[in-house]
Amino acid sequence: SHYRLFPKSLGQVLSKFSVRELHISFTQGFWRTMQWGQPFIPSPPGAELWVWFHDTVSDVDGNWKELTNVLSGIFCASLNFIDLTNTVQPSASFKPLGLGNATDHRFLRYATLPREIVCTENLTPWKKLLPCGSKAGLAVLLKSEKLFHSSFHSQAVHIRPVCQDERCTSKAWELRQTLNVVFDLYTSGQGKKEWSLFKMFSRTLTEACPLASSSKVYVDITDNPEGELFELSPATPLLSQAVVLGDRRTYSVFDLSRAETFGQLRSLNLLLRWKGDSGDMLRPLLHAERYVAGFGLQTGEIHTVIYNNHPYRAFPVLLMDSVPWYLQLYIHTLTVTSKSRDNKPSYIQYQPAKDRHRPHLLEMLIQLPPHSMTEVTVQFERALLKWTEYTPDPNHGFYVGSSVVSALVPSMVAMSTNFTQDQPLFSSFVPVKEESSYFVRVYTEPLLVNLPTPDFSMPYNVICLTCTVVAVGYGSFYNLLTRTFQVDEPSPPLSKRLANLIRRMRGVPLLA
Amino acid sequence: MAAPLTLLLIVAVTIRAVLFRSNLAELISERVEVVSPLNAWKRVVEGLALLDLGVSPYSGDVFHETPFMIYLFHFLVDYAELVFMIADGITAVALYQSIQTYNKNVFRKQKYALESDRYPADCLELLRSPKEMFYIPLKVAMFYLLNPFTILSCVAKSTCGLNNAIIALFILCTLKGSALLSGILLALATYQSIYPLTLFAPALLFFLQRLYIPVNLRRSSFWFFTLQYAFIYVGSLVVITGLSFFLLGSWDFIPSVYGFILSVPDLTPNIGLFWYFFAEMFEHFRLFFICVFQINVFFYTIPLSIKLKEHPVFLIFMQIAIISIFKSYPTVGDVALYMAFLPAWSHLYRFLRNIFLVSCVLLACAALFPVLWHLWIYAGSANSNFYYAITLLFNFGQILLVSDYFYAYLRREHHLTHGLYLKKKDGTEATLVLK
Repeated sequence: SHYRLFPKSLGQVLSKFSVRELHISFTQGFWRTMQWGQPFIPSPPGAELWVWFHDTVSDVDGNWKELTNVLSGIFCASLNFIDLTNTVQPSASFKPLGLGNATDHRFLRYATLPREIVCTENLTPWKKLLPCGSKAGLAVLLKSEKLFHSSFHSQAVHIRPVCQDERCTSKAWELRQTLNVVFDLYTSGQGKKEWSLFKMFSRTLTEACPLASSSKVYVDITDNPEGELFELSPATPLLSQAVVLGDRRTYSVFDLSRAETFGQLRSLNLLLRWKGDSGDMLRPLLHAERYVAGFGLQTGEIHTVIYNNHPYRAFPVLLMDSVPWYLQLYIHTLTVTSKSRDNKPSYIQYQPAKDRHRPHLLEMLIQLPPHSMTEVTVQFERALLKWTEYTPDPNHGFYVGSSVVSALVPSMVAMSTNFTQDQPLFSSFVPVKEESSYFVRVYTEPLLVNLPTPDFSMPYNVICLTCTVVAVGYGSFYNLLTRTFQVDEPSPPLSKRLANLIRRMRGVPLLA
Repeated sequence: MAAPLTLLLIVAVTIRAVLFRSNLAELISERVEVVSPLNAWKRVVEGLALLDLGVSPYSGDVFHETPFMIYLFHFLVDYAELVFMIADGITAVALYQSIQTYNKNVFRKQKYALESDRYPADCLELLRSPKEMFYIPLKVAMFYLLNPFTILSCVAKSTCGLNNAIIALFILCTLKGSALLSGILLALATYQSIYPLTLFAPALLFFLQRLYIPVNLRRSSFWFFTLQYAFIYVGSLVVITGLSFFLLGSWDFIPSVYGFILSVPDLTPNIGLFWYFFAEMFEHFRLFFICVFQINVFFYTIPLSIKLKEHPVFLIFMQIAIISIFKSYPTVGDVALYMAFLPAWSHLYRFLRNIFLVSCVLLACAALFPVLWHLWIYAGSANSNFYYAITLLFNFGQILLVSDYFYAYLRREHHLTHGLYLKKKDGTEATLVLK
């Protein structure tokens, strides 16, 4: 194995735990699909890890546990909180993205930590995995003080087996590191409607990474064919067309491996100045929301709302919900309504939770009618936990991980099923199996649910008081069982007894 | 007496039907005082829905009923309201018949004792007359059917009503003298929830008394009958458990039902003592205290049987009361069952010491339970300690009630042997104490 470009730490981990595919993402913020469109690489808030193991593994749970701990060390994240109580084995939602046709979901493990916070300590090891680190190439832009000053930040590592060449004679691991950041230059006080690399990252690009076979910057200019919407400088002659998320987009390409990209100043500072009002965003065809309804700390209802914005096509979506064990779901209250009519899912796979062992897993295949809103509701009850099972801030609430909606959305544009080298990398993440639809995964919001809490200052008091009541019962029964009724002959008062004692000593007759 | 009983049944069914049709039914079936994770109707429906989805109801932690319930409600789920009303009716009629038989027995024994001059002269006013005993069975049925606890339990469709029916039928068969039916019904009651196991001792004592076999561990006739009865009981239990295995094809129900009852993993608040105790328990001692609390339920059987071996029916009442107070997931339906017996001991009224205090405590707690629950869970202005305090007080009131009736019973027995107006050595009026 060649560890010239591939990081040795990850390579050793993959071979030790017989991992076939590994996908890990750390996200801060929630992707606003309706404002920003469909993300290229979707990820839920917090940390998400899903892994396909090889068929040869005998103890998948043991490997999973050790793998999460090792990854926790590699990425400086608290992935060690992943244990059997928040791991599920989805049967249909997370098919492998690399080679191989594995269908046995016993070798798949999926877990999310919605509470996980992403910060500089997670970015640094992620940058270290790159061959050039943050010293050359595009990664020089990734300075954490600017990156975390954003509305959305997501970094991910995806490892999967791919063919090394066209005829697939040998397999190799592909490591794909992605970083999704949404900068909001208006709220960050920039005022003027323009952005540049220097403004966003306080750095400019100076050279490509010498180890990189290609190093490119793509700017989406589809909405600006005549230059009336915005002006991009420096001008570049290179253009690229690709079908991304079911739409044909045109990109201006800045190739960092060519010296003329950097111009005379030997630095590339992309500048985009808006001329008119920004145009209409392409409305995403699939969108989902989730919220908790109800009041009080006893029961509640989870509502998942899925929007199909396609004007005339209906398509099925696979909804996967993983709810922690302390929210007891009642599957007989599951209702799916589309356009105020009942819409029965064609496939329901439900694995109920076992207290303190595994969470609920609900997977459903729902057919979404065109241009409609589908609402999935299910009732739950909140459990009272043992006092040691609460986090130090119990009134903050407990997080429920995001639901995952996976679908093959009908595409407006025909997609090619062959991957060619000149396609941008972000369009080839998910393998395209058929031409007329593209794969979309949407994550809903995580939920924050309050549980009733006992009084944490009271363990001794409670033990004493309850044992007192039990002792009252025991004591009364003991008295009634071991004693008998007797006539009460009162003993003479102390003065009389003392007088009798003295009389006895004197030899005089005693009192009555 | 059939006409007043029928009238009572009609009134009870009317009340329940009215409440079923109102929108209070939804509210009541959510209340934690009335339903527990063991007998909630919502969980029965959930278990049946899981079975429809192809998942075993015992694979999760939602369903804790026995396979007998699955079998029963698989066919009767649409008539659930009728089933629970009929169960209440069966319990009432069974209690009516058993108390009638018991009263006849008591009166007969009293007559023989009077004729053989076994009572001291001054305790004639303690003797019971047929006139006062005439309405007692009706009062017992009334106490059960019109008790708000029972009505709430029925409207919530808590399977506690079905368990009560089985126990009431067991009591009826025992008092009628049929050892076979009594053993089978006791096995069914034990299969439903483990605690009726303690009712084996009073039933055995009753049969021994009825067959004039003295309770002497050295006599072979005692062992012969005990082994017979135990064989019937254990045999039926094994048969019922084996049949349950064949229903779903696995032994999953044993940890889900009996493991759940004994190890108390679910800490949903209820009117018992277990939930908060184990919510605040140090992990290190959890197993120890679970064992202590569970042994506490079974522990009083032997001493009580020794003390009350001449009075097995009162022993049944005591055992049911102890089970209702100290079981792991009590509900008001369990409380209603032993409260139904209280009119049968109405002749003990003059010896009860704390009855006013106890009734005030129980009434106040029953009123405060929903208030403090609302304040904790919905308003957020109280916390769990408030509800826990009322739980403590309610259980304390129940313990006081049961021990008061025990005291009164023992005292009456003492007076019946030693005379009512006791005198001290110097001739003045004496007071009786327990020494």
